[in-house]
Amino acid sequence: MAYTVEVEGLRKSFGTRPVLDGIDLRVERGSVAALLGPNGAGKTTTVKVLSTLLRPDAGRVVVAGRDVLVEPVAVRRAISLTGQHATVDEVLTGRENLVMTGRLRHLTKAAARERAAALLERFDLVEAADRRVSTYSGGMTRRLDIALGLVDDPEVLFLDEPTTGLDPRSRRDVWDSVAELAASGVTVLLTTQYLEEADRLADRIAVLAAGRVAAEGTADELKSLIGGETVQLVLPDVATLAAATGVAEARGYVARVDADGLSLHVPTDGTAAGVRELLEVVAGLPVLRVSVHRPTLDEVFLALTEAPAVVR
Amino acid sequence: MSTAVSSPVSPASRTPGVLLDVGTFVGRSLRHSARSVDATVVAVVLPVLILLVFVYVFGGAMDTGTEYLTYVVPGVIVLCAAHGSAQAAVGVNQDMTTGVIDRVRSLPVVGSAVLAGHVVAGVVRNLVSTAVVVAVALLLGFRPVATPLDWLAAAGLLALLMAGVSALAAAFGLLVTSAEAAGALSFVLLFLPYVSSGFVPPDTMPAVLRGFAEHQPVTPLIEAVRGLLLGTPVGAAPLLAVAWWGGLAALGVLACGLLFRRRAAR
Repeated sequence: MAYTVEVEGLRKSFGTRPVLDGIDLRVERGSVAALLGPNGAGKTTTVKVLSTLLRPDAGRVVVAGRDVLVEPVAVRRAISLTGQHATVDEVLTGRENLVMTGRLRHLTKAAARERAAALLERFDLVEAADRRVSTYSGGMTRRLDIALGLVDDPEVLFLDEPTTGLDPRSRRDVWDSVAELAASGVTVLLTTQYLEEADRLADRIAVLAAGRVAAEGTADELKSLIGGETVQLVLPDVATLAAATGVAEARGYVARVDADGLSLHVPTDGTAAGVRELLEVVAGLPVLRVSVHRPTLDEVFLALTEAPAVVR
Repeated sequence: MSTAVSSPVSPASRTPGVLLDVGTFVGRSLRHSARSVDATVVAVVLPVLILLVFVYVFGGAMDTGTEYLTYVVPGVIVLCAAHGSAQAAVGVNQDMTTGVIDRVRSLPVVGSAVLAGHVVAGVVRNLVSTAVVVAVALLLGFRPVATPLDWLAAAGLLALLMAGVSALAAAFGLLVTSAEAAGALSFVLLFLPYVSSGFVPPDTMPAVLRGFAEHQPVTPLIEAVRGLLLGTPVGAAPLLAVAWWGGLAALGVLACGLLFRRRAAR
């Protein structure tokens, strides 16, 4: 299998605070990978190390076949980074931003102009091409930002939270752009805090929590990791809720307690046998109501980021 | 739809070079200047107003041995150059705080080229606003006796001053955390030329100030420019000016190098 990004045992601390605590990650050539995690999980730091902006403290990081510590310039030639905050020059026009980036990637003037025109068309920015970026909407700015990353056919494109702060329509536009990129064969590594985004765009998802990869797989694999279905047990009072939690946990279930709703949410594998087994565990308790839920992506996310031990 | 874009860029359409990168950044900074109406107004109108104030408001009460206009023009030119060059601090700081620098550092260019771009653009911009001040001075009756060579030498000295101030300002822009703080530098540099031989002869000042005025880096530069334009004897002033400002420019470049590495690695 050809990997465009290979990370082993990546560690990085800021002062005494460890931010990345042994990250392992592989991204297949031509695929879209998502780093999913809450704020502070280490997503941006990982992207900064992979794009040579930060030096790793330990571990091996190979991007596009080159070690980031040994050949940082060669890595920079092969990658392109679109940071968390739009890094377009707001005083310049969209076209000028594209031409300038082309020039900084050492295209000739003519080649840079030609490239700019093609990208403006592709990202639907032709009408706004010669207006200052300060007049653009958030979605347009972000599309331009991504276009800037494509001026020089990168092998790998890093997108750090490409849709954070965008309204739903702009988010959809950016999603379309990324999906189209993926179809054209570029390897994309994006970070996001939105499960829907990872689910929709990425071939594989790595869930990052507290500087470690808590789980890795396709969206379906991740969902099945915490059980296909969740059984909700509604109990009459706090005392029986505690009792039910106790017996469930004693049998190895990792239950989520909803004290306000007097209910217990227990992941199962979703089979009849699995549900029956759970019901037998709580058989001695006055359970008022039993219902079965398909897991929402939020539940997957919470389970993975709050209790990484569950899936390990 | 994407065929034109996904076709690889041929190697023949590439031109390498650090100087080219600097040139690209200079172009960017100059575009910024041209589009920032208030900055342009400040850069050109402020020195002209200062000139008018000194000549027509204070000038009548001044006794410098020559016509005051003649005495003060070199001082105003230097004031304008120093003040304008401090703008590099703001530009550099904005690039550091808005994420532009992350994009630049992920490109295959020397990151500090962006600093060089601000410094060189600062020199170009300030030579233009200096030319405007000189033109206004000529209209008011300033009559230099300089030969073309003298003009060239004076312009060279001013460019050196602008480069020195811009480099130090760029380093200051790397040091401080906000554009507002970076902007404060231009006020400091607005006052430095006042305590020099630019506006009044230093021997009219109290002893402490006189000591400072006679030995600070702006004074030899003003004396040299004054001598070149008016044909008065300059003595060691041009050499002193070159030594001071060459040294300060080198110091600024060095500080930029060190601070850039520290700042950019965050």
